[in-house]
Amino acid sequence: MSAASPGARIADWDQDGLDTDEMIVNMGPQHPATHGVLRLELRTDGEIVRRARPHIGYLHRCFEKHAENVDYPGVLPYADRMDYVASMGNTLGFALTVEKLMGIEVSPYLQTIRVLMAELQRIASHCVAVGTYTMDIGAFTPFLHLLRDREKILDLFEWTCGARLLYNYNWVGGVSHDVPDGFVRAARDFLREFDSVTFPELLDLIIHNRIFVKRIADVGVCSPELAISHDLTGPNLRGSGVARDLRKDFPYSGYESYDFEVCVGKGQYGPKGSCFDRNWVRVAEMRESSKIIHQALDRLEKLEKTDVHEKVPKRVKPPKGEIYFRSEAPRGQLGYYLVSDGNVNPYRVKVKSPCFTAMSVFHHLAKGMMIADVIALVGSLDIVLGEIDR
Amino acid sequence: MNATYAFLVGLVPEIAGWPAWAIVLISAGLPALVLFHFMALAPLVYVYGERKIAAFMQDRLGPMRVGPYGVLQTIADAVKLLFKEAIFPRGVDRKLFVTAPLLVNVGAFLPFVVIPWGARLQPADLNVGVFYVAAISAISTVGLIMAGWASNNKYALFGAMRSAAQIVSYEIPSLLIILVPVMIVGSLSLQDLTVAQAGGLSNWFLFRYFPIMPVAFVCFFVAGLAETNRAPFDIPEAESELVAGFHTEYSGFFFSLFFLAEYAEMFVVSAVTSVLFLGGYLAPLPALQQLGPLPMGWFWLWFKAWSLVFVMMWLRWTLPRARVDQLMHIAWKVLLPIALGLVVTVGGLVLWPVTASGFPWDRYVGWPLSLLLVGFLLVVMVRALLWNRRRAGELAYAGSAAAAGQGTR
Amino acid sequence: MDPRAIHAALGARFGERILGAALDAGSPFATLATDAIAEVAAFCKADPALAFDNLMCLSAVDYPKETPPRMEVVYHLFSYRHLHTFALKVQVPRENPAVPTVEGVWGVANWHEREAWDLFGIVFTGHSDMRRILLPDDWEGHPLRKDWQDPEYYNGLHVKPTPQMMERVLSGETLGVGPFDFTPENRHLEQP
Repeated sequence: MSAASPGARIADWDQDGLDTDEMIVNMGPQHPATHGVLRLELRTDGEIVRRARPHIGYLHRCFEKHAENVDYPGVLPYADRMDYVASMGNTLGFALTVEKLMGIEVSPYLQTIRVLMAELQRIASHCVAVGTYTMDIGAFTPFLHLLRDREKILDLFEWTCGARLLYNYNWVGGVSHDVPDGFVRAARDFLREFDSVTFPELLDLIIHNRIFVKRIADVGVCSPELAISHDLTGPNLRGSGVARDLRKDFPYSGYESYDFEVCVGKGQYGPKGSCFDRNWVRVAEMRESSKIIHQALDRLEKLEKTDVHEKVPKRVKPPKGEIYFRSEAPRGQLGYYLVSDGNVNPYRVKVKSPCFTAMSVFHHLAKGMMIADVIALVGSLDIVLGEIDR
Repeated sequence: MNATYAFLVGLVPEIAGWPAWAIVLISAGLPALVLFHFMALAPLVYVYGERKIAAFMQDRLGPMRVGPYGVLQTIADAVKLLFKEAIFPRGVDRKLFVTAPLLVNVGAFLPFVVIPWGARLQPADLNVGVFYVAAISAISTVGLIMAGWASNNKYALFGAMRSAAQIVSYEIPSLLIILVPVMIVGSLSLQDLTVAQAGGLSNWFLFRYFPIMPVAFVCFFVAGLAETNRAPFDIPEAESELVAGFHTEYSGFFFSLFFLAEYAEMFVVSAVTSVLFLGGYLAPLPALQQLGPLPMGWFWLWFKAWSLVFVMMWLRWTLPRARVDQLMHIAWKVLLPIALGLVVTVGGLVLWPVTASGFPWDRYVGWPLSLLLVGFLLVVMVRALLWNRRRAGELAYAGSAAAAGQGTR
Repeated sequence: MDPRAIHAALGARFGERILGAALDAGSPFATLATDAIAEVAAFCKADPALAFDNLMCLSAVDYPKETPPRMEVVYHLFSYRHLHTFALKVQVPRENPAVPTVEGVWGVANWHEREAWDLFGIVFTGHSDMRRILLPDDWEGHPLRKDWQDPEYYNGLHVKPTPQMMERVLSGETLGVGPFDFTPENRHLEQP
């Protein structure tokens, strides 16, 4: 503990307070199922968890401190690396924040490209989320089928901007590369296969599988009040039945003109807000993203092509001021609080990552579960430690 | 042993004059050697088969580099495991640590002794054959608990306790269902059970006494899956929860012993299921039983056991795993009542046969119904496979048509 | 409700404890007296017209060169019922900063406040679990402050390259570890 940590009352976790029947079990930081370097300290009575305490910070890479020392375009590669599974969303959020502060409006063509990339990234990210979740529950095959489709998306990204995982694609005022010729056709091919083979197979093979459902449909139920109070956002919040999506409520980058639905957990197999519902929202969102991508591809062909670098400023120097802007990343609402003092470096960049707040509800939900259900809970919150620790 | 002696004397008549200990040594040692080699080398094939089957189900290729199509992969793995350092973590009980995998292997390999590969091709035709198999398989449970305890590791202990609870719970419906064919035949010997199914496909127990036997077969297979800790009951080895369960702390040679035992047990369970329900070494048509002078019994048993092993692997890579309490629920609240019901029903039928006074239900109606059921399932699977192929083919066509119509953008 | 109405509602309830506002900023905010934050937060959540049931973000910012030198804690609020946002600011001195906790109002503040303590050193009085969250438990100091200097050593490991190492690299030698990050000078502190 730091020398000056006043008022720290660590609740009775010491050995003396332990009942003779209780055990402190440590999961992680190296563990196949905790989606990154997360340490879960569980106090268990046999199989039942009495208290759960997550320890984070193993992947803290000082993003906010770095952001104060580099210029605005230089923050973007750092931002990519926060949620490394879905990096289009990170750079999109930051770019939109700076653009809002500077008052830059990009052309509809650019907005369409941004939406296209964001939604492709959403499908890819949910492939990882759902795939690894089913692998944690024990079914190995859907993971490989979904990753096969994610590979196709990553190939599209590599074709466009040269990178498979960390793209530095969305720049302040534009994007780094225009979509290449043939991209629309390739994307349509991918979507055709995804819509008619992979997605129905996923539903048949695992989502409606009785064993899978019985494992997770009664587990980790989060009420809407608890979800809102602990700032669960995105699929985690919609799994509890709250039908709020930033793309509909506070649309950005042209989302208001697309036709898609907000997917909400309906409690099909158990109480609303269970792990199944959160997972179901991600599965259904893949289909909605596919719809959006179809519309974006149609638009891309009809819109007049503009230069993707035309609005990118030579020196990004926003006026003195501050702004908080949030976007709908695959894991929830990604918020950037940007304070600018008129220099080329940001004064303060604070990131509100959706997984950080999702982990804060963990120990409330984990009480009374079995250890196997703890795995189900962690997987259903879809955390990426890069984003939690920044 | 007697069969081997007769065979050897037929070849080399002087053997009859050798001292008694030499005769016993040869006629018992030879089959033991053959069997032992088979048991020890067969897992090489199973492991390769599992990896390839898993790969094809997951839309990938599996081992391809070591040897043509990767056939030497398991040998490479075995050599690697043998060369690995056998780590003894601090605090382990060395004697128990070393004995545990040995016990598990004993429980996995001894049942091979009573499995009949032909009319006289059986190492020992015990008259308590099935009972012997069940009893010996229980020895592995002791080995598992020893492994978990001796490892000085919380996770291993968890895994061992779960595994022991699971195996013991599933043994009960398994044994009760074994009673069903035993009651019908009136003998515990595996040879007698096989011979009672003579006469072709329609006489196999699976296709008789519809609907009792198919239900018994399914329940017995499920119980067998749980006994060998295979998915969907592989909680003790749940990789994503407790790393590797009771064999977390084992490395190198000892780990390969556990591995070996698991695959041997899988084969034993499949072989016993085949003997009980699928006719053992009998061919589906009596004409196929002998290929000229060569008896094909061993091939048929091997084929049936391997099909069941394939089904086990198929299930492992398709289904997620059940949680511990759900597993127990299935054993005690689903399988056990079914098994008890079956035992009572079949016992009643043996005493007061329904067909005593007239219509041979079994001969004319029972087995066609079972065949229809199996046929229907097969047709459904083939249709699904073809539908998938056709969809994928359509997509490729549609994709290229759109390409032709849309130009370069 | 638009920001003016929200500010008016707060002013009506709390009078002079609302110190100021900037309603035309990118994200409109109102500045409060430090000891009022807990009550204002509770009011924001409970009042049916405001209904700020969600704390979007709790950030701490360090202003060493403003007059007076201060740190600010910014609360970005959102209402799921009315779909409006607002921000509250609280100013604390840079020595012994202390703010009442709002963890009883919004559960997520528990972790946000731990992070603010960890990286800035702001103590949230009444917090149930005030300990470090991102940095190791035995870390000393609060790195996100503007006057932070990296320590020489942490648990026996070099934190920055030593001057000797830098000289060797600059003269063309490859050290076998690195490349080192030559962190630029901290621009926010002017050397007198």
